[in-house]
Amino acid sequence: MNQPSFSERLPRISFERRLTAPWWLAWVIPIASVTLALLTGALIIASQGVNPWEAYKAMFMGAFGSGFGMAETLVKAIPLMLAGLGVSIAFRMKLWNIGAEGQLWMGAWAAAGVGLYLYPAWHLPPWLAITLMMLAAMLAGGLWGAIPGLLKGVLQVNEIITSLMLNYVAISWVLYFVDILWRDPGGLGFPNTALLDRAIWLPKLTWIPFLPPGNRVHFGLIIAIVAAVILWFLLNRTKWGYEVRVIGENPEAARHAGMPIVRNIILVMIVSGALAGLAGMAEMSGVAHRLQRGLSPGYGYTAIIVAWLAKLNPFGVLLVAVLFGGLLVAGDQIQLTMNLPRSISDILQGLILFFVLGGEIFSRYRIRIR
Amino acid sequence: MTESNVQQSDIAVEMRDIVKRFPGVIANDHVTFIAKRGEIHALLGENGAGKSTLMNVLAGLYAPEEGEIFINGRKMTFHSPRDAIEAGVGMVHQHFRLVPTLTVVENVVLGLDEPRFKLNLEEATQKIEALAEQYGLKITPDAFIWQLSVGEQQRVEIIKALYRGAQILILDEPTAVLTPQETVELFSTLRSMAAKGHTIIFISHKLDEVTAISDRVTVLRAGKVVAVVEAKDVTKEKLAELMVGRPVIFRLEKPEVAPGQEVLRAEDLHALNNKGLPALKGVSFTVRAHEIVGVAGVSGNGQAELSEALYGLRPLQKGKIYLNGQNITKAPTREIIRQGVAQVPEDRHKEGSIGDMDLAENLILKNYRQPPISRGPVISWKYVFDFAKTLIRRFDVKAPGIHTRARLLSGGNLQKLILARELSSDPALIIAMHPTQGLDVGATESVRELLLQERSKGAAILLISEDLDEVMQLSDRILVIYEGEIMGEVPADRADRNEIGLMMAGARQETLNHHETVAA
Ligand SMILES: Nc1ncnc2c1ncn2[C@@H]1O[C@H](COP(=O)(O)OP(=O)(O)OP(=O)(O)O)[C@@H](O)[C@H]1O
Ligand SMILES: [Mg+2]
Repeated sequence: MNQPSFSERLPRISFERRLTAPWWLAWVIPIASVTLALLTGALIIASQGVNPWEAYKAMFMGAFGSGFGMAETLVKAIPLMLAGLGVSIAFRMKLWNIGAEGQLWMGAWAAAGVGLYLYPAWHLPPWLAITLMMLAAMLAGGLWGAIPGLLKGVLQVNEIITSLMLNYVAISWVLYFVDILWRDPGGLGFPNTALLDRAIWLPKLTWIPFLPPGNRVHFGLIIAIVAAVILWFLLNRTKWGYEVRVIGENPEAARHAGMPIVRNIILVMIVSGALAGLAGMAEMSGVAHRLQRGLSPGYGYTAIIVAWLAKLNPFGVLLVAVLFGGLLVAGDQIQLTMNLPRSISDILQGLILFFVLGGEIFSRYRIRIR
Repeated sequence: MTESNVQQSDIAVEMRDIVKRFPGVIANDHVTFIAKRGEIHALLGENGAGKSTLMNVLAGLYAPEEGEIFINGRKMTFHSPRDAIEAGVGMVHQHFRLVPTLTVVENVVLGLDEPRFKLNLEEATQKIEALAEQYGLKITPDAFIWQLSVGEQQRVEIIKALYRGAQILILDEPTAVLTPQETVELFSTLRSMAAKGHTIIFISHKLDEVTAISDRVTVLRAGKVVAVVEAKDVTKEKLAELMVGRPVIFRLEKPEVAPGQEVLRAEDLHALNNKGLPALKGVSFTVRAHEIVGVAGVSGNGQAELSEALYGLRPLQKGKIYLNGQNITKAPTREIIRQGVAQVPEDRHKEGSIGDMDLAENLILKNYRQPPISRGPVISWKYVFDFAKTLIRRFDVKAPGIHTRARLLSGGNLQKLILARELSSDPALIIAMHPTQGLDVGATESVRELLLQERSKGAAILLISEDLDEVMQLSDRILVIYEGEIMGEVPADRADRNEIGLMMAGARQETLNHHETVAA
């Protein structure tokens, strides 16, 4: 029964499932993961002949060290917040919606249509036009989300693939308008639409203290915070939120409780898409003021990382979005000052996700090497 | 057993002063447990007494905070199940840990260190067949797990432990899910293992089994050892008293109640199982108010499908279902729940509870749509928490509090949680699948009591159970199901075990009537 085994020669690595995890693990693991990601990032920065410590310092100062940097960080955080909230509710139900990018573009497109064409044609008051732009964005994003939702709910088609594919469709669709149908004739050949009328730009939040005058932080921030509060309330206080959580945790028990699973799959995808659509509207009307190529540098994808790191908690999403907004700003910053490629911030994003996902194994398994 | 003179002593397992705490509970409070070589040792105790925890410590799943473990006199420290299995301790858990899409052989060799790189399945197959032969375990090595019955899967788990050289085999409530026939087979395997010098530790709530098969019994109460006795010296009643701490009365008062109006009528039900094969082939019956109708049968003969079909979870190919005269054949589950139908599902983990949600959230699973739990779209958690606290107390669910996650409950307490939810809603019809599975004697009695109370109050109850004693004790009428057909119906007061047994094996009542008249 206790014969010595011959494989003792090689070190043996085994993963052992934890039945119980100490409470501090939930904090230590993410912090350690992010630290490791930054250390790995440091290696990459060093390989570019730049002192990583200096680079990180410059990045941090660029994003959070000044009023202007902070403001830009918030500007970038707004679409991440809204799209991140959208992703988080879908993930709550284990619906892997990775189509936030496409839903965002569709939202921006619909809002631009209202702002550029309906608003002047119908002589709408600006507040009504902005409201309509928001509604149109939510509708377009929601419908774009509903497609994978319907396919999943009715035909059991994998939503990961459909939602991802629809991103490419959405972007091509919008760019067709930007480049051809809605192209600004006076745009000197730049591929974009005309500017929106100033009256229907999302208002700037000039009253926020500490931020320098002329910053670009806009009303989208308020929309995002309100959306997080509403989402939190829906999830934790309502019957519908309870259904979403039960279906996510144990669909079989949900079925035995008579919960409408298919309807909720579609509904959650619509809500998810609507929030991402709102992100597109906010970026279009609050920052770019027009529909243009490069409107989103992949906010919809970063939002997935944001939602996951926030453990799908709505308020967590707000917080993590600010950190990732900072990372985007920092990327621009070091490109200018340290002669590093801007893609360093993409690399860091990827590394953080990679290490955090990897780190999760340690909360569920213990690793032993003998 | 002749080689026992080689060892200095015949103690195989000694756990000394084991302490294991969980947030809010001391699951094992200085427990000392000794099992001898070649003995069958039963571990007994109420739900939540700490039996599974103690055995998880022995099997290396939990590290105890205090205490020592000796295997064959050598002090051991287990960091993982791997260490335990290397020391010869194997455990068959209540929930099997097999991969359904792999074959028996693949499951047995899965996770082994030897061979490290190249699998030799043929050699493994031969070894498995030899073990199966040696211990009388019927098994098909190249069958897929998903094709196997629960009893067969359990045999795979046992083989898996033996393959790894387990000398000490722990079985956590092995008979809870077995048919009577399978139980008999398991016991003969266990006896032959013990005769070959293995030590068997098994947990059970069925006192008849405990007195029948074990040599010695250790009784736990609230995390402490209260007695270690020779099985031949004790009666079932004495064991129950040791467990609970006071005499337990094994007599159930079944009041005379005249049946009322028809509540459930099933007409010619036809349905498929998950593999697309016919599971129900023309099942018809009725259940009236104030009546318990038992469905006896070996599991896997359509009971689960029947329960699901009645609850709107499985489409019917043919047939009609009426509830209080109303056709509910096509009604969705949510409507059926609203009409006052409660269901105790077959699988308490998969279908009956949400492991990662807390007890309060689990308790409102069926009535979260109704006031005062929710008004309009909003759930009133304040009300829910009070409601949950009341139910936990009333049904005696042992847990640190209503915010404990359901997955942390002991097996029996999880079952109590489900019963609390289903029985507290004043149901018109209760569809109960083995409602007392995994419950200790006390809890079993109180659940049966509760079912009888519901019957007195006017509920119609469909009791689907493999436990023939339970069915005979509680039911007013007994239906016997075999391969998706009702073989016959007997009034409980004229029920004959033999007759029911024959019908469970596929004999039709018409063919039996002949014998009955001859016998009478
Ligand atoms: N992983 C865990 N985390 C927290 N508490 C736990 C955990 N496992 C068990 N407990 C608690 O420890 C106590 C003992 O549980 P255990 O599973 O050992 O009971 P048991 O004797 O096997 O009961 P049953 O007969 O119901 O299966 C229970 O109160 C249970 O809620
Ligand atoms: Mg147990």
